[in-house]
Amino acid sequence: MNDALPDRLRRQDTRLDSYVDRYAARTHGMTASAIRALFSVANRPEVVSLAGGMPNIADLPLDVVGATLADLVVSNGRQAMQYGSGQGEPMIREAICEVMRLEGISAHPDDVTVTVGSQQALDLVTRIFCDPGDVVLCEAPSYVGALGVFRAFQCEVAHVAMDEQGLNPAALREAITALRAAGKTIKFLYTIPNFHNPAGVTQPAERRMELLAIAEEADLLVVEDNPYGLLGFDAEPTPAMRSLNEDRVVYLGSFSKTFAPGFRVGWVLAPHAVREKLVLAQESATLCPPVFSQFAIASYLANHDWRGQIKIFSEMYRERRDAMMAGLVDHMPPGTTWTTPAGGFFVWVTLPPGLDSHAMLARAVTARVAYVPGTAFYADGFGSRHMRLSYCFPTPARIIEGTRRLGEVLQYEITVNETFGTGLEDGHSYGAGERSPLRVYEAPGANQA
Amino acid sequence: MTEPQFARGAAPVDPPAARSATSERNFGGTVLVLSGGLSHERDVSLRSGRRVAQALRSRGTEVIESDVDSSLVPRLSALGSCVVFPVLHGEAGEDGALREVLALLGVPFVGSIASACRVAFDKSIATTVVADSGIRTPRQVALPHEIFRELGAQALVRALGDQIGFPMMVKPSRGGSALGVSLVERPEDLPSAMVGAYAYGAVAVVEEFIAGTEVTVAVIDRGGAFGATPGPAALPAVEIRPDSGVYDYAARYTAGATRFLCPAEVADDVASACSELALQVHEVLGLRDISRTDLIITPDGEPVFLEVNVAPGMTETSAVPLAIEAAGWSLGKMCVDLVSAAAARVTVAPALQAAP
Repeated sequence: MNDALPDRLRRQDTRLDSYVDRYAARTHGMTASAIRALFSVANRPEVVSLAGGMPNIADLPLDVVGATLADLVVSNGRQAMQYGSGQGEPMIREAICEVMRLEGISAHPDDVTVTVGSQQALDLVTRIFCDPGDVVLCEAPSYVGALGVFRAFQCEVAHVAMDEQGLNPAALREAITALRAAGKTIKFLYTIPNFHNPAGVTQPAERRMELLAIAEEADLLVVEDNPYGLLGFDAEPTPAMRSLNEDRVVYLGSFSKTFAPGFRVGWVLAPHAVREKLVLAQESATLCPPVFSQFAIASYLANHDWRGQIKIFSEMYRERRDAMMAGLVDHMPPGTTWTTPAGGFFVWVTLPPGLDSHAMLARAVTARVAYVPGTAFYADGFGSRHMRLSYCFPTPARIIEGTRRLGEVLQYEITVNETFGTGLEDGHSYGAGERSPLRVYEAPGANQA
Repeated sequence: MTEPQFARGAAPVDPPAARSATSERNFGGTVLVLSGGLSHERDVSLRSGRRVAQALRSRGTEVIESDVDSSLVPRLSALGSCVVFPVLHGEAGEDGALREVLALLGVPFVGSIASACRVAFDKSIATTVVADSGIRTPRQVALPHEIFRELGAQALVRALGDQIGFPMMVKPSRGGSALGVSLVERPEDLPSAMVGAYAYGAVAVVEEFIAGTEVTVAVIDRGGAFGATPGPAALPAVEIRPDSGVYDYAARYTAGATRFLCPAEVADDVASACSELALQVHEVLGLRDISRTDLIITPDGEPVFLEVNVAPGMTETSAVPLAIEAAGWSLGKMCVDLVSAAAARVTVAPALQAAP
């Protein structure tokens, strides 16, 4: 506590951050945001949060997991709690290959690098491939956490339109041509083929082949992010892009949704040369990924019917997806459309013209329901006419209640927009110098309603 | 009018020798710091609350931190005697609702009483009351969404442009942290600014934009007891210079994004005028213990009232803690003094206690 009397005449001149002149250029974009602040309300139990993408692990048999962990510590604790290999422990890499086989991938454990969740896989892949200013092609919309990584490495994100079958091949061709004509270096295409976050759509096998053919033709590297692939509701999993092309695809996987996110174990499967770089990058980032978590997951996989557990998870998510669909049909005002996910956690909603999901979030929070505004999933400010709803966590009854509240919010917002004439076909009255961005992207969500 | 005690450097600084002993001796109870709640400013409130709790603990005070939910009332009665320090921003915390409940329960608390908060929190009402007392305020129009609907938005929007002029400020009438606030420079941007403000509440205020130096002045009354100077005192004005030019949410809560000068870089007489204005606002609105008045100083040196806060931000990037330090106080000591004063009040005025 400052007990000394200060010099009263001296003026304090402060930015309240004495390190402000020391930060790297890439740090300057890290600012407080009102939207992020509103999410702090969303975590309260009074609010139905359709915002977060938290896996629902209520169905995990904790007694089995607990016994497995106890046994691990007692029988092999000295190894499990020691430093390990930078590439990841051999037995988990073998198990990972077995998991990937379910989606048609045949891989050798040598080509797997274990990461701290697949989020760190994204970080490592971007780190070894991208210089500032390099272009990464992403779906429009794309995973917010990936956009954050690309921004951190000062990449330029170019969004590519989607349709109900995921990334649109014609738009991809166009983007590659236009960017290269403008002298840009495209480092890779980042895509989420299964149960897309946030768009909720899935690329059929033929679409994957088409996209890979374009990548082949344009000599483009593909980063396939697949955290939800095994959480399909209906058919067998669609073959992973990596199963169709070994040399051009870097594949990211995760145990966060098929087991539990707290262990923070994901992986990268990459061509041999790339894997070498990834291991070196991993060593400099973490020395080694969490060894105890790897042992824990390996024990779980070895001693528990993990395939059966994934089925239990999928059924639970399917029930929630059904509740979400029913709620949307009952409560969304006319002019609203959405995707029907066949797996995963998310529904992508397109609002009636004129509504701005970003501006509307405050009203939703007052009405005790939360979602993620579409703008979070674009690097270019687009997305105000969209929102992501997640059904993974709340109970089906709460999901339906959430859609009811959301319907009222939309209805009121439509009234306000009608009053002010802001609901014109353009969708938004844009400020000085802003272009109306409705042009290119759109697609997912041409549905029932 | 009270003399602005600090502008001339005559702050009632705690005598260093007596400092650690005085108020702590007078307040040995538990303080319940309330933060969070369900308002749009929950996140800011949680940060403010943590800082206040930490400051109180640093002076040896026993602190319990609590959110505002259905467990609050049972918790209060379980505690028996305590003083509540509400550090709640936005609705429920600042609109008087929660303070009404505290008074109803006979729990002493730091800060203004409910009826004063109701007036101060609503920009459309507070501005009118303040203007009536002779203080300059921006020309302001307060309108609920429905009136646009009933009378037709086009005509009203045009009238607003004619009467208020551009640029203008559009704000929700209730709320803080610049949420839902827009600076509107062109008529065609007004409708979307109105829609943005209505997302935060049913009434929006449209104000003349006044260019000038942005300052904020805290008024604190540490109570007459325990050796502090009695009565409200204005702290040195804090001048706010956001790098982006606009003191919006990001400029407020991103450390480093705004430059603060304390005391403000203004002439002595202007500084005095700001202090006087803040004290007058505090008095006219019947505020108690602590308030923060935001002002703009016009290029010719006249301070203009913008708004007043009954639960000013106490975060790491907030102005009030900065002003407290500039005045030679410590945040911890000030918080203890406010709590002690609140504790002393309960024996004097048991507002709503049940008759025997």
